[in-house]
Amino acid sequence: MSEPNLYRDADDEARATAQAKRLAAAWKTPTGWRYWSAVNNSEVGLWYTGVAFLFFLFAGVLAMLIRAQLAVPDNDLLSADTYNQVFTLHGSVMMFLFGVPIFEAFSILILPQMLGARDLPFPRLSAYGFWCFIIGGVFVCGSIFFGVAPQGGWFMYPPLSTTYQEGLGADIWLLGLSFIEVSSIAAAVELIVGVLKTRPPGMRINLIPLYSWYILVVAGMILFAFPPLIAGDLLFELERAFDWPFFDHTRGGDPLLWQHLFWIFGHPEVYIIFLPAVALVATIVPTASGRPIVGYTFIVLAAVGTGFISFGLWVHHMFTTGMPDISLAFFSAASEAVAIPTGVQIFCFLATALAGRFVKSVPMLFVAGALAIFVLGGLTGVMVALAPFDFQAHDTYFIVAHLHYVLIGGMLFPVIAGLYYFFPLAMSKTLSERLGRIAFWLMFIGFNVAFMPMHFTGLLGMPRRVYTYAPDMGFDVLNMVSTVGSVILAAGVAVLVWDVLRPKGKQPYSKRNPWNAGSLEWLAEMPGESWGMRSIPIIKSRYPLWDQPGLMRDVDAGRFYLPDAEEGKRETLISSIIDAEPIQCLRVPGPTFLTMWAAIFTGGLFIFATYSWYVAALVSGGLALVTILIWLWTGTAIIPEKPQKGIGLGVTVPLYASGAKSVGWWATFITMIGDMSAFGSLVFGYFFFWTVHDDFPPADSPGPGVFWPVLALGLIAASWALTLLARRCNARNQAPGFYGALGLAVPCTLAGAYSLWAGPHFNGLDPTLNVYPATVWVLVLWCLLHLAIGLIMQLYCLARRGAGRMTAVHDIDIRNVALFWHFILITAGVTVAVIAGFPEVL
Amino acid sequence: MNEQKRPIDQQAPEAPPEERETLWLITFSPTIWAVHFLLSYMAASVWCAKVAGRGGALGDVRIAVGVLTLVALAGIALTGWRGWRHHSFGNATAPHDFDTPGDRHRFLGFSTLLLSGLSFVATIFVALCVVFIRSCA
Repeated sequence: MSEPNLYRDADDEARATAQAKRLAAAWKTPTGWRYWSAVNNSEVGLWYTGVAFLFFLFAGVLAMLIRAQLAVPDNDLLSADTYNQVFTLHGSVMMFLFGVPIFEAFSILILPQMLGARDLPFPRLSAYGFWCFIIGGVFVCGSIFFGVAPQGGWFMYPPLSTTYQEGLGADIWLLGLSFIEVSSIAAAVELIVGVLKTRPPGMRINLIPLYSWYILVVAGMILFAFPPLIAGDLLFELERAFDWPFFDHTRGGDPLLWQHLFWIFGHPEVYIIFLPAVALVATIVPTASGRPIVGYTFIVLAAVGTGFISFGLWVHHMFTTGMPDISLAFFSAASEAVAIPTGVQIFCFLATALAGRFVKSVPMLFVAGALAIFVLGGLTGVMVALAPFDFQAHDTYFIVAHLHYVLIGGMLFPVIAGLYYFFPLAMSKTLSERLGRIAFWLMFIGFNVAFMPMHFTGLLGMPRRVYTYAPDMGFDVLNMVSTVGSVILAAGVAVLVWDVLRPKGKQPYSKRNPWNAGSLEWLAEMPGESWGMRSIPIIKSRYPLWDQPGLMRDVDAGRFYLPDAEEGKRETLISSIIDAEPIQCLRVPGPTFLTMWAAIFTGGLFIFATYSWYVAALVSGGLALVTILIWLWTGTAIIPEKPQKGIGLGVTVPLYASGAKSVGWWATFITMIGDMSAFGSLVFGYFFFWTVHDDFPPADSPGPGVFWPVLALGLIAASWALTLLARRCNARNQAPGFYGALGLAVPCTLAGAYSLWAGPHFNGLDPTLNVYPATVWVLVLWCLLHLAIGLIMQLYCLARRGAGRMTAVHDIDIRNVALFWHFILITAGVTVAVIAGFPEVL
Repeated sequence: MNEQKRPIDQQAPEAPPEERETLWLITFSPTIWAVHFLLSYMAASVWCAKVAGRGGALGDVRIAVGVLTLVALAGIALTGWRGWRHHSFGNATAPHDFDTPGDRHRFLGFSTLLLSGLSFVATIFVALCVVFIRSCA
């Protein structure tokens, strides 16, 4: 603050200093052991990034073991069993514990800065997601030290993993990773609401950073991609734990259903990993070129277009399963089409680099390397998208080469570029230019030496996932070259790790905006302040630091919005979706250990279930529920001490908003979209079995009947209507109406749940007998789970109003609960139509 | 919501017609592509599994997919035309990168137009499958 002319006069300076002091107090990071209770994005984002990189290094070591084993023929360094565990964990960890989480981690860390926000709207949700991630990740990774790691490959195909492999491995994979998928969905909700609702005033939808466009698209994709896998995991675990035969063909199941559900997740997943990395490229290239991006709208096209089309590709992983040619053709066509938007964005980057004054830097070096590698991977991708070529290359090292070119070029190199680029923002110090160059060349050369030969090893016929091979089959030299390359690549990673970890105590702080970037996040002070931004500016350009003279000075002097924390509370600005007009001042919660406990207990639920300790799992699940309820009760929908407050520049906005104006409503809505796609996947399962069987439902199997399901639907609809009535009465402050309606809704919910259960139960449907009763039961169970949550919500609302924490005006809780009940009604309606209605129609 | 005054220099000289703009328009065309894709896939799968059998001919499904394609392309073209109208509102040209309601309006239109173009091509890609493949084999 010593810059001359920052303040008009001594009074101005005194005012600003007092403001800054209050702001710093409100956003102070806890110290000592309480540091771990922090929930602010700068801490959680940093932990998240660090842990994701640790998992990356762990999976990298596994990769080195694979290469060591394959260096020479007939090697016995690893046994076949160990080798299976090693490659399964390598793939699973890279995808689930590095590829996806690193994007969430980076985004939690830098997105608020890019948007001039003090924090994301749900900091505690981010923290909960992080703790879930680390617990689940350590659990899954740790299994290999006890020799019980999963062995079925990262896609766990049954019947291999249900019938031919013993032990807990598959359960660890299913439950450990399901647990992490929950945290991915939490992050997706957080990031969508963050991009749409926490932008600085003036940042209209046509001015938002390209990074946020990508994040918006990717978070949206997560909502449709992860839930099918969660649904698949549920079916798989029901088969493993309770012998429900979803994938067992002897009882009518079909292993192909798993492949469908896995790849409906698995292919978009590749783009979920790839697009955020491209987002980093789209952030770095304009800075390095010193000019705005060329073709902003075209890149938006690429991001949104890829997001959609990537869902039409999943069967290209199943080209050799014997589906009709016409089905393969549809997916082949879409697989070719996705190359269009992918290519468009790369041309935009090249055009930007060519049109600007190019400044060489380590991040840009990694970006250049990324594009070179990724284009090669993209080209082999177009090759394997052609079914006839894929028939030849399927399950060979050609695919291994292809996917590593795509992922390392499309994801790892951009992430390392992002690491070099954003390191000063997170740690206030720069990484070494010299070490960066050494790391780059080692990694670039090592990567190509390792993976280029695999194209040929694959075309010569070497299959994936074999733990060794006989000499003189033509694989010897190529494999040795690959192993040498991998050692060089690993050496590059080691240099990078050293650069990040080497003590930097004596190194001076980085200067502000070290890359001369134009985007908002580089307003950050060095060393960084925990409040993020001194005041929230008005944005008039895509590159405000280039185009708005004096912006940094005015922000620092606190001349924009929310320069103060008069009430000592953490606050950030909520703005409208299209034009980013300030509409609310959101109080965000501060440090707490509740999120960590909630994650520990949630972890217990999944981890104990792995060992079939169901009592312990249920107790842990109950504790998780209680913790989450305490968290909600004490930390959400808090009634502010005054209805509105001035946020500076003569603008006054409300402190409380409910319904579609509140961030919580949006979060509920977005979560339920994800929930619907999981439910949709289960319904897909029902109709999948109908198409593959001549008689489904089987003629000799009883159904759930019509009476009980229809009665259930009536009761659930009544409970839904009563919940809506309660919302209405609450808004009109008619307490008897509110308590009466919601009080009556509770027994309706219970009776509805009972009737739904009664249908298959009293008609004697045994889920272990055949896949038909199993499928009916799983739809019913899904519904019952939602009814249980809906019931808790109804009771919660009764208690909230009773305790005076919810009033006619302050009605966030009941509005969100009513929204949830809309989705319950849809779930119940579809379930009843399918299990009771469909057999009648046939 | 609090009405606030924006500084004069940020008000567009040619404000777009007051309508509630949303992001949904830009997702119309890709959604049409997705629905067309899914329906085509489902129609062919169910036909081959339940009606014609694995050796059978695609027959009427090809015509059905053809009709569906025409409907989808018409929908995408209409959306694209709507986007074009937004894009060419007033007399500014791309890139629509000013902090004005006019440029925001044009940007949303231009994105809609571009995505319609992509969806149009991608839909034709999918439809070509039934041109070249006639059986369930």
